[in-house]
This record gives sequence, C-alpha cells and structure tokens, in this order.
Amino acid sequence: MTALAAEKRTGFDASSMVVMAICALGALWALIAAATGADAAMRTHAWVIGIGFLVGLFAMVGVYSSNGVLNDKTEYAENVVKYGAIASMFWGVVGLLVGVVIAFQLAFPALLSWEALPQLNFGRLRPLHTSAVIFAFGGNVLIATSFYVVQRTCRTRLAGGIWPWFVFWGYQFFIVVAATGYLLGITQSKEYAEPEWYADIWLTLVWVAYLVIFLATLMKRKEPHIYVANWFYLAFIVTIAMLHVVNNLAMPVSLIGSRSYSAFAGVQDALTQWWYGHNAVGFFLTAGFLAIMYYFIPKRAERPVFSYRLSIIHFWALIFIYIWAGPHHLHYTALPEWAQTLGMTFSVILWMPSWGGMINGLMTLSGAWDKLRTDPVIRMLVVSVAFYGMSTFEGPVMSVRAVNSLSHYTDWTIGHVHSGALGWVGFISFGALYCLIPWLWKRKGMYSRALIEWHFWIATLGILLYITSMWVSGIMQGLMWRAYNELGFLEYSFVETVEAMHPYYIIRALGGVLYLAGALLMAWNVYKTIRGDVKKTEDAANPQSAVINPAE
Amino acid sequence: MAKKTNPIWGWHKRVLEQNSIMLTAGVLVVVSIGGLVEIAPLFYLDETIEEVEGVRPHSPLALMGRDIYIREGCYTCHSQMIRPLRDEMERYGHYSLAAESMYDRPFQWGSKRTGPDLARVGGKYSDEWHRDHMRDPRSVVPESIMPPYAFLAETPLEVDAVEGRLRALARLGVPYDELDRLENAVSDVYTQLDPFAADYDGFLERYPGAPVRDFDGDTDIVSELDALIAYLQVLGTMVDFSTYEAEADENLR
Repeated sequence: MTALAAEKRTGFDASSMVVMAICALGALWALIAAATGADAAMRTHAWVIGIGFLVGLFAMVGVYSSNGVLNDKTEYAENVVKYGAIASMFWGVVGLLVGVVIAFQLAFPALLSWEALPQLNFGRLRPLHTSAVIFAFGGNVLIATSFYVVQRTCRTRLAGGIWPWFVFWGYQFFIVVAATGYLLGITQSKEYAEPEWYADIWLTLVWVAYLVIFLATLMKRKEPHIYVANWFYLAFIVTIAMLHVVNNLAMPVSLIGSRSYSAFAGVQDALTQWWYGHNAVGFFLTAGFLAIMYYFIPKRAERPVFSYRLSIIHFWALIFIYIWAGPHHLHYTALPEWAQTLGMTFSVILWMPSWGGMINGLMTLSGAWDKLRTDPVIRMLVVSVAFYGMSTFEGPVMSVRAVNSLSHYTDWTIGHVHSGALGWVGFISFGALYCLIPWLWKRKGMYSRALIEWHFWIATLGILLYITSMWVSGIMQGLMWRAYNELGFLEYSFVETVEAMHPYYIIRALGGVLYLAGALLMAWNVYKTIRGDVKKTEDAANPQSAVINPAE
Repeated sequence: MAKKTNPIWGWHKRVLEQNSIMLTAGVLVVVSIGGLVEIAPLFYLDETIEEVEGVRPHSPLALMGRDIYIREGCYTCHSQMIRPLRDEMERYGHYSLAAESMYDRPFQWGSKRTGPDLARVGGKYSDEWHRDHMRDPRSVVPESIMPPYAFLAETPLEVDAVEGRLRALARLGVPYDELDRLENAVSDVYTQLDPFAADYDGFLERYPGAPVRDFDGDTDIVSELDALIAYLQVLGTMVDFSTYEAEADENLR
C-alpha cells in the first residue's frame, strides 16, 4: 500500500477499536440473555441481537484488514449515502408492503389471519408497518440526505471517519431488532415508541453518534453561514434525541429480560407519550423533511429559496409551537382541561408556520413553473409540498375539540396521517431519491423518465383513493356512533358501524396497492440506474462531482 | 440593505447562523418550553388525579393478562378511555377518571376504535363468551374483524416471571410492596384461579373486589387465556360509581 493511498484511509484508529468493543460487549450481553434470559421472548430475541453484533465484529475485522475506512479529504463521503439511498428504497417497499397486508386484514379478516401464526396478527404487524415506514424508510432517507446535504452545504467531507458507518449500520440493526421484537410480541405499547428498553438504549447510542457527526461537520465547514436545510436537520436530530430519551424512560424487569414498565403512569404517561408522538410527526416527519425540501427543490429547480426571512421566522415558530400541540390527541380524556385547551390553541396557531414553510417551498418555483410540466421529479416535490399544506390545514381543524369529538378514534385520523405520510413524506423522499441516485452514481439521469411519470400518477391516484375512503369511513363511523333514533336510543350497535366500514377498507387497501406499485416501479428504475443502464434518458440530473471545490 | 432593518436579522445571521453550538442551544431552549409548561405541572398539581375509593394495583394474574394485552397489540384497535359525551356514556358507561389508570404503566387509553372501547368491559360478558370470542371472534360476533387468539388457551402462562414484574413496578412506586403482595406474588396467581384455595381471604384483602375463578374453564392448565380474561373482567370495575359523585367540588377539574 502506497503512502498516498494510506493517507486516504482512516487506519484502524481508536474509533474503530471503540466500535469493535461495543460489538463485543453487545455480543456478550446477547449470549448471556440467550442462555439465561428472564423470559422466553428475551431468550429468542437475544439470538437475533447476538448474530447482529457478531456480524458487526466480523465487519470490524474486515475494517482492520483493509486499514480502516475511506477518508479522502479532497472528496465528499458518498459511499455511506449510497448505502442509505438503497436502504431507503428497500425499507420503503417493505414498510408499504406490510401496510397493504394489514389494510387487507381489516377488509378480509377471516382470510388473512392464521391461528398457527399469531406473529402475523394485525396487532403485531401494525407497529411493524408504522415503524418500518416512519423509522426504517423515513429515517434512512433523513440520515442519507442529511449526510449528503451537510457536506455539500458546508463544503467539507463528513466528519468522524468510521462513525458515519456506525450510524448507518447501527440504525439498520436497530430496525431489525425492533421489527423482530414486534413479531415476538416484545413491545412497550407506546405508539411509535414500541421498541423495548434495550433497543431504546441502542438507538440512543446511535443517535448521539449521529448528532456528534452532524455537529462536527458543521463546525469544520468552509462556508461562513450554516445553510437553512441544516437548521432543520439539526432541530430534528436534537429534538428527537430529547423526545426519545424522555418518553422511553422505563424500569426493566430484569437486565436480561424483554419487559419494562414506563417511568410514568396514567395521565402523566399519556401526555408524555403524545408530547412524543405528536413531535415525532413534528420533528421526524416535518422538520427533517423540510430540510430535504430546502435543499432538493432549489437544487432541482435551479432557483434560489423564495424568502430567507420567511425561512427564519417559520423555522423558529414551527419548532417552538409544535412542541405544545401534543394534548390535542387527548381531547375529552381524563387529561385536565387546561392542558387540552393549551394543546388545541397551539395546534391552531401551528397552521401559520406550517404554511410559511409551504409557501417558501412552492414559491421557490417562481420563474420555473414550466418545469412542473416537463420534469416529473419537480412535480413530485411540489405536489408533496402541496400535500404538506393540505395536511397542516386539516390537522389544526381536527385539533379543535368539537371536531375532534367526531374525528377521534375513527379512520379520519388514519386518513389524515396518510395524506401527510404518503403525500408529503413519501413524495418528498421519492423526489429527493430521484435526484440523489444519478448524482451519487454519476449518471446523467434516472434510467427512465417515463417510469417516474408512471410512478407519480399511480401513487397520486393511490393517495386519493386512500384519503377519500378514510374521510368517508371516518366521518360516517363518527356520526353513526353518536346517532340517536326517534325514541332517544342509540341508533347503531358498535358492530354495525364496523360492518359499514367494509367497502371503504377495500378501497383503502386498493389505494395502498397502487402506492406500493408505484414504489416498485421506482425500485426497478433505481436498480437499472445504479447498474448503469442509462444510455438515452430524458431525465436530466445535473451531475454533481464528488470532488470538494475550495470555497469561492 | 442593513440601514433600516431590524437588528434581529443581523444577529441571527452573525450568531445563530455562524455558530453551530449557539444554534443547537437555541433549538434546545425553544423546544423545551412547551413540554415543561404542559407536562411538568401534571406531576405536582393535586387536582390532576381525583381522589377515589377502590383503585388498586392489578392482581398478579391480571397484571400478566395486561402484559399479554400489550404483547398482542390490543391497544392498536381498542381504546380504554370513555369520553364524557352522551353517546359514549350510554354505550360504554361512566366516563373514565384519571384515577382509574393511575397505576397503568404505560397507559392504555389507545387512539383508535377499530373495535369498541374496553375501559368498562369487566363483567359485561361471561367468561364463556370471552373464551369463545378469543378462540374465534366471529363465532359470537359474526361481523367482527378481530383476529382469532385460539393459541392463548393452550399456551401456559409464564408464572415464574410474575414476581420480577411486581418488583419492577414496586421500584416505580406502585404499592406492590404493601400488604405482602410481593411475597405472595406467585401463589396469588393460583389462588385467583381457585375459589376454594386456602388463602382466598388473604388474596381478597390484598386485591379487594378481584374476581376469583378458573377463567379459561380448564383447571389443568394455567393458561395465558386465564390471565387475559382475568384482566378484561376487572377493567372498569374498581370504582363504585353508585357512590362516586362526579359533580362534587373536589372532583371537578
């Protein structure tokens, strides 16, 4: 190995040894838990965890034998972003597929439940679906794009040597541990925070490494100012750390057992959970993806961000106000009314900074509106911002107590979540990946623009089927629950309202199938692009060199 | 440009946009306020939880049943929170009190009613109904879309695990360390399944009002179904609403 080549690698440095020690300790813990775990689920789950850490150990032997990982200071770190892009695509398809399965389970329960396989019942698959789409798909998109964007906007290579790889693989490991746990019935039952205490500790470790890498990269930037996308990424990383740690505070039954009990009880636990739950939406699914909007829309449209001052105002207003909105999940419950009223008030105010972001994203297209017609990627990005605007209007409406008394506990909530998730988060992610993949693999564009067109239209149709069917079923069920007959008795039994949902559950599942089909087209397009089958494509992604240009 | 503009823009550009630590600190301060104002008072304002008679920690068997309820993700389709709305109170019973979930870690209020609310399901159906319903929900409710849970009746309950779970909850302040509840954790599982058990009276002193019988109808096995039905049958039954005065001053919040 020449001296020059050696300079471009980290060597087996202290960081590598720390990562190796973490893997060894983890494997040791898993071995003890597999042999003497406090409950049967733990003894099974420990095998998954142990194998994961052993694979990590072997990978570190590989890192040792190849003199560390690549660390060429004249180039951007792109390999870890490439892995992140592929992982995003993979988990996206998995998460959507599980979503389609559980949608059909609600439509055809007798056909799609298996007595011998309780692991595949709706109750265990539902958290698998939500975690797979939010944390596995969304999380990988956020980590991959943030690693890409922070380097480019700071004009410096990602900090940390081996640590970005630790974050990437550690995060995939967290996903696998969480997902296998759900199938085994290992759950805390706190929505979107279901993984048990040991998975939570692992995620905390990975997340702190993520924050440190991000901050260290910001600190060694060659640009004088921190770009607006990075404010949003930073707010997302910092706030998710806070929410995750507080909401998951729990007392394990045993240090080698799978069960724990929440540090909070009843009403306090409920508000802590929805403070977390609503801000998982606010900071994971909003702030993080707004960062994507602030980088990829201007870049793809080749226009500057519409208003710098609007971005400042809506950034600080958004992150301040979002945190207060959690109690609107607990209207008319045993939560004290003063807290409900505060939550409702801030939820309505939240409409304004949300639309500030929408306006800033949409108006960035000023002077480039024709691209909506010619470039399906731009169209996807812009429609996603439009869906963001729609769901951030619907949300404040639903947070009003009178509306919430009808909508709460019904499918209206599910429809609302999916207009945000499929329309906003899904489309902005797909759009960003369609930009990223040619940039990373140095292709002149995606393999097929026609496939992107098909993806856009099929997925849009899927979203419309999904949200309209859920509006109808949700509002109908809410009205049926409160309907009285002329004698003053409740008109419908509960199960009559379940029966009435059947056609809408079928329409919803079909909407899901269309959305999944769109993602499969994308996966094929991505595969062909990476393979290098791009010869004559109509998709034009401005090539982005990996070489770091000195600051001007 | 800078002449007539508000100095805050310049400050933002100079300080927050050029110093990542200041930016991080700013974010942390701004995102902490809402949670502190809303959540922290719930821990020290006395009126957050009503003072009511009867709410006690779950019996060991019911606690194990609750853990099965959580394991199977029942909360994804069933709420345990009756709102003070006319139709809900007629359909499900008295609206839920904060006190009724004061020992629930985590809470099981739920967020979706694909199935009905279960906050007061205790005593509403017979054990036989629950057995049939868990084996094949559509055998008793033809329109039901619930999956079957037939395996619960054949799966032995992990009785060994119960003492550790009570201890963990006691460490968090749930009063399992009172009335010899910890010492009797395992034997109380068996006592609750047998109305002729020697320690019947002692059990009911530790867990007043707990139903005592063989819930799954099979005395040869302590099954997960025993635990789950024991849990479902106690839900919403701890507070005596014939004596609770919802409109009394101390109960208005």
